[in-house]
Amino acid sequence: MIKAYIDVTLKKSILDPQGTAVKKGLEKLSLYTEDVRIGKHIEVLLKEDKIEAAREKIDEMCRRLLVNFEVETYSVRFEVIE
Amino acid sequence: MKAGVIVFPGSNCDIDAYKVLEKLNVEVKYIWHDEKIDDEDLIVLPGGFSYGDYLRCGAIARFAKALENINEHIEKGKLVLGICNGFQILTELKALPGALLRNKNLNFICSDCNLIVENTDTPFTNLFKKGDIVNFPIAHGEGNYYIDDEGLGELIKNNQIVFRYQNNPNGSVADIAGIVNKRGNVLGMMPHPERAQDKLLGGEDGLVFFKSVIAYFKEV
Repeated sequence: MIKAYIDVTLKKSILDPQGTAVKKGLEKLSLYTEDVRIGKHIEVLLKEDKIEAAREKIDEMCRRLLVNFEVETYSVRFEVIE
Repeated sequence: MKAGVIVFPGSNCDIDAYKVLEKLNVEVKYIWHDEKIDDEDLIVLPGGFSYGDYLRCGAIARFAKALENINEHIEKGKLVLGICNGFQILTELKALPGALLRNKNLNFICSDCNLIVENTDTPFTNLFKKGDIVNFPIAHGEGNYYIDDEGLGELIKNNQIVFRYQNNPNGSVADIAGIVNKRGNVLGMMPHPERAQDKLLGGEDGLVFFKSVIAYFKEV
């Protein structure tokens, strides 16, 4: 099986008010950052055993439901599970 | 004129929408999310939190059985009105361009709101005058309308912006509160005209909105 770890984030051009609020929160703790962006993490377990096939499936899932390309983008990491 | 109000699990403005249409003597019925729409002249996608707003607002609702034929419905020229969560669903369906993001100040905003009527050449606003100020309540956490510059240019060129906020509460691009599709038969808006249906509820500007729809069908 293959586990896919998907990170869905707002496109760089889109303001992220949650990230800004957290950046300000960190500043209250004297922890200074250049930028904070918040996204969603989705884990999907697939019965496929080839990463290529898994990637195809995940891309379709992202295209058709998991990601709204008007405002979001995504990245995926795969792990083969014995 | 026949109207249907779709009820998703988590809808909470469905009764308001039903009541305002009933009050104006429109033949109206509720359509449960796993029933099919029929030949209703007006379909209302009401406000609320359909399917818990999981993943993204409106993202799951677009797979409801009640929306299976919505594109055909739109192609036939029938009217579709999406209010609040309904607007979010229409953008997820790609029936309207753009997307609704988290309010700029992160707050859930529940208040009265003045809107400027920008376009009176729609089935939903024909009884208003351009530049009229109307007061409809807003109640949303994710009403920050986003569209890229190119899309905004299209909206302006085709006169698709119907309502703008007088004082932008949520960070929406170009103060946009409601838009129609190119053809003008699909309207999505974050403010709630159905809640402004009686002085007891704080105002009745919403009646003019729904009377416009009735007037439209009398003319057709």
